[in-house]
Amino acid sequence: MEVYLDNSATTKLDPRVFEAMKPYFDSKYGNASSIHKMGQENNIKMIQCKEEIAKLIGGDPDCIIFTGSATEANNMIIKGVAKKNEDKGKHILISSIEHPSVKKSAEYLKKYGFEIEFIPVNSDGIVELDKIKKMIRSDTILISVMTVNNEIGTIQPIEKIATFAKKNGILFHTDAVQAVPYINFNVKAWGIDFLSLSAHKFNGPLGIGIAYLADKRSITPLIHGGGQEYNVRGGTYNIPGIVGVTEALKLAYTEKEDAIKNVSELTQYLWKRIQDEIDDVSLNGSSEHRTSNNLNILFRRIEGEAILMDLSVKGIYVSTGSACSAENLRASSVLSEIGLKDNDLNSNIRFTLSKFNTKEEIDYTVDSLVDTVKRLRSFTPIK
Amino acid sequence: MALNYSKQVMEHFLHPRNIGEMKDYDGTAQVGNPVCGDQLDFFIKVKDEKIEDVKFLSFGCASNIATASILTEEVKGMSLEDAKKYDWNKVVMELGGLPKQKIHCSILAVEGLQKAIEDYESKNL
Repeated sequence: MEVYLDNSATTKLDPRVFEAMKPYFDSKYGNASSIHKMGQENNIKMIQCKEEIAKLIGGDPDCIIFTGSATEANNMIIKGVAKKNEDKGKHILISSIEHPSVKKSAEYLKKYGFEIEFIPVNSDGIVELDKIKKMIRSDTILISVMTVNNEIGTIQPIEKIATFAKKNGILFHTDAVQAVPYINFNVKAWGIDFLSLSAHKFNGPLGIGIAYLADKRSITPLIHGGGQEYNVRGGTYNIPGIVGVTEALKLAYTEKEDAIKNVSELTQYLWKRIQDEIDDVSLNGSSEHRTSNNLNILFRRIEGEAILMDLSVKGIYVSTGSACSAENLRASSVLSEIGLKDNDLNSNIRFTLSKFNTKEEIDYTVDSLVDTVKRLRSFTPIK
Repeated sequence: MALNYSKQVMEHFLHPRNIGEMKDYDGTAQVGNPVCGDQLDFFIKVKDEKIEDVKFLSFGCASNIATASILTEEVKGMSLEDAKKYDWNKVVMELGGLPKQKIHCSILAVEGLQKAIEDYESKNL
């Protein structure tokens, strides 16, 4: 049996999304910027997609820019806002648990005289608005706080933060990559200036992201080209991807009730069985304010990558934020931010479920996990 | 991240040799990598200046376990002098290679064994 429990890394393409995309590869392949019929039909399709997406997130179609990934969207927004607003100020606040595409974009700006400060999280893995209130300054130009954390699934109070930022004349960005379909966005009503999404995190295709820009004039474009996307992001429109992300987002929200119910039941069942059958485990991050697909679990006294590899041999695919490797030797910063002790930083596994998982898969996972943990604990030197 | 372990690494990870605690050891050492958090405990039993028996415990990734496992297999029965000089490159070779970012595991294992021998020697001057 193969069990895929790494859905925060990427997800399976929904077959219906794939079907919707297919014609745009081999028959409706016109360049949406061409003015002949084949091109214009795709231009119309692209506009319809923006309208559909805007409806789903409570925004305006004209504010939607398609990108190659959410990483690109985050780079575009963080660097673009900085460049555009450098005369107003050079102070940027980002949460301490942001994805590397936000964190490294912000850190890159230090070279150009920007001051980056990290908003801490509490032990539940949640950003507190009171902390932000104390950190803003007259020269703060941007606050960036993710909607849902990628490692521990914690949901951030972005509506409150957006409102606060607006009141203080500071732009607000949220990386919402892990939030679909768990959060019902209303970007206009919430006063969100920038939002990033990625199709492959919600059963859409790889290679297509969305940057929502409430005001396109608030960023300086990074990718110059043929004038696409209102001159904000050059590059031929990726119509199959655009159709794919739209279909995936539509399915995710229209079917969210059943999907979340199923995922939530399975996640709870998985966690209950783990607690009943394995000692010395605990859940990382808030148990209350987290998306129902995420379990990030500490297995004391054994190493995360060893657990991952042992499960992988058994056909179970999970992840660890704390792989011991030269590329990422340091343990997960999110887990140290929520106060895990040094000894525990390398003993964590992230299980992220999807609508495609079944109870049989979860049973097989726990049965295998019990053996894996028992084996690795049989020879650990940690008391 | 490319992390394509060889068959040998996976074999030793899934079926580590000489793993477990040793009560009546003659020398022991604990080594760890403070950065990645890995830890190895070595125990040796010495007879006629040879490693009569060797065991280890591991808190570490697959390659941490595999490198210690193959090292213990290699040095069992070896003279202390030869074991002290055991080259970590040989561990990597015997395992059919290690991913670049995991080479440090083999160095840690060799260091652990050397320290266990030093522990024995310091008690038997």
